[in-house]
Amino acid sequence: MYVAVKGGERAIDNAHAWLAEERRGDVAVPELSVAQIREQLALAVNRVMAEGSLYDPDLAALAIKQARGDLIEAIFLIRAYRTTLPRFGGSNPIETEDMTCDRRVSATFKDAPGGQILGPTFDYTHRLIDFKLAADGDVGTAPASTPSPIATPHIMSFLDREDLIQKEPAGADIPDDLTRTPLELPANRALRLQSLARGDEGFLLGLAYSTQRGYARNHAFVAELRIGAVAVEMDIPELGFAIEVGEITVTECETVNQFQGSKSQPPQFTRGYGLVFGMTERKAISMALVDRALRWKELGEDNVGAPAQDEEFVLYHSDNIQATGFLEHIKLPHYVDFQSELELIRKLRSEAQENINREVSE
Amino acid sequence: MSDYNFAYLDEQTKRMIRRAILKGLAIPGYQVPFASREMPMPYGWGTGGVQVSAAVLTPDDTFKVIDQGADDTTNAVSIRRFFQKTAGVAITEATSKASVIQTRHRIPEENLRADQILVYQVPIPEPLRFLEPSEVETRKMHALEEYGLMHVKLYEDISQHGDIATAYAYPVKVEGRYVMDPSPIPKFDNPKLEMAGIQLFGAGREQRIYAIPPYTQVVSLDFDDYPFQPTKADHACDLCAAEDSYLDELIVDDEGGRMFMCSDTDYCANRRKQGHVGAQGVPYAEDQA
Repeated sequence: MYVAVKGGERAIDNAHAWLAEERRGDVAVPELSVAQIREQLALAVNRVMAEGSLYDPDLAALAIKQARGDLIEAIFLIRAYRTTLPRFGGSNPIETEDMTCDRRVSATFKDAPGGQILGPTFDYTHRLIDFKLAADGDVGTAPASTPSPIATPHIMSFLDREDLIQKEPAGADIPDDLTRTPLELPANRALRLQSLARGDEGFLLGLAYSTQRGYARNHAFVAELRIGAVAVEMDIPELGFAIEVGEITVTECETVNQFQGSKSQPPQFTRGYGLVFGMTERKAISMALVDRALRWKELGEDNVGAPAQDEEFVLYHSDNIQATGFLEHIKLPHYVDFQSELELIRKLRSEAQENINREVSE
Repeated sequence: MSDYNFAYLDEQTKRMIRRAILKGLAIPGYQVPFASREMPMPYGWGTGGVQVSAAVLTPDDTFKVIDQGADDTTNAVSIRRFFQKTAGVAITEATSKASVIQTRHRIPEENLRADQILVYQVPIPEPLRFLEPSEVETRKMHALEEYGLMHVKLYEDISQHGDIATAYAYPVKVEGRYVMDPSPIPKFDNPKLEMAGIQLFGAGREQRIYAIPPYTQVVSLDFDDYPFQPTKADHACDLCAAEDSYLDELIVDDEGGRMFMCSDTDYCANRRKQGHVGAQGVPYAEDQA
């Protein structure tokens, strides 16, 4: 005799209770506070804000805590929250030239107005495990200097003055919002950049790396990488002028790439662009390289069939929330489909076996 | 849960989704792009169906959710709870009592009525996707009604295997125009796609909605000499003895012993309530005690 299995409801409740317990870990160890995550795991917080498309360090830190440190899960929590928020409007374009730079480096000029500012970078650290940190996290204070009161001009503006860098065509005043309108292809550059800005860091890193290794190589120099705080302003129709609604930290990367020209036009450098929330420079550089690779049509280059040139491939597969959901859904029951496949393969096998038997007997 | 709007989504979003649904009903089988929202469950787990359900549910509705035909599979439980929490609608496991049924991979055995809506969760809405990976190309093929590739695929199946080797998500042509993916239902369910109820298909990750209005012609693709055949396991349900329902196969011992039972749990329970007992079943009352 057989009694059908039931119990989905209870299993879910119990799984959730166990998850909560595991998330907390050993209760003899003090619990992490959201502020600790925000302050001490700031780069994780930045990634969650960038790929979650929501600038809120406290909320991102909370999501990381809730997700047990699984950043894609944390990004998912942020996205699901973000989607419930109303859209009030678009801000004015941020003026990254007015940025208070924590870091600003150029690989194309040894020095330029504004100077090279290394900032808090891992770049020249030796990657040796610091065992002292395990016991004692105290640090001294870093030497400080006063920030420059004048704006730091973009390196690109110097190339532009000589007409050496290609001019960017002006886009629509307010571009479509990727999260409010369905992505239809071909997408314009504004939509592509939105998609790349929230795309998975690892996926974009791999694609960018592939362009360096020859799959649509476009020979990028980092003309400038800058990280710092910028003001966000918004026009308020009732007031008739723009007011500052907040300040965000962003990473901006501009690459200067191989030149092109024709009989009628002297050669010019071209540009790739990356802009990401927070201090996220690996992502910003990757974004700039992939942006540049995707511009092949507009710049009159050949499509060499490289993955990074394929807009549909890049845009449809860079979103880690879409990817992880669909990938993991194969854990869900597929009894019904599998059953129909079972029946089909049994039928095909028995037919094939009959044919073999017949041939043997003949 | 008063922090969220009725059925989770804000009214603007629901209006956008309803417009896509209406367009889908006006052009049966056509995939309407819509600005799919991030839902609090993962893409690939029914976000399209959930958004469509959220857009059609009213406070007076009675909601049923099935996955693989069953009400108590974990993801069905999860989605049902979501709407209990965010919409506070009445819920049921009885097909006949539901006004909106969200499903994954099955059509209920019981015929639906004109006052019922069946919402499908769709993973890959594009029936041509595995023949042509590019969305730009497949949209062009639909626009030009260029379905030769699909027929070639079915023909190649026959030449290679002696049969059309598609057992689920079997492609259909709707009202003589659009080739449509009926979602991964077993082909056993295909004949039921012509029904009195409204059928809505939601693909969240792929941002598409499509629909079959009531009493619309839905033809499973085939050839004159290889006609479409809906198939199921050649058994009766071991619990309720039904011979006309789609069956799940269970492995019941270490020797690989098998038994079969209805995938539609409500259908099976109803039959047992009426006194039908399968080869390995027990009378309904004993089981419930």
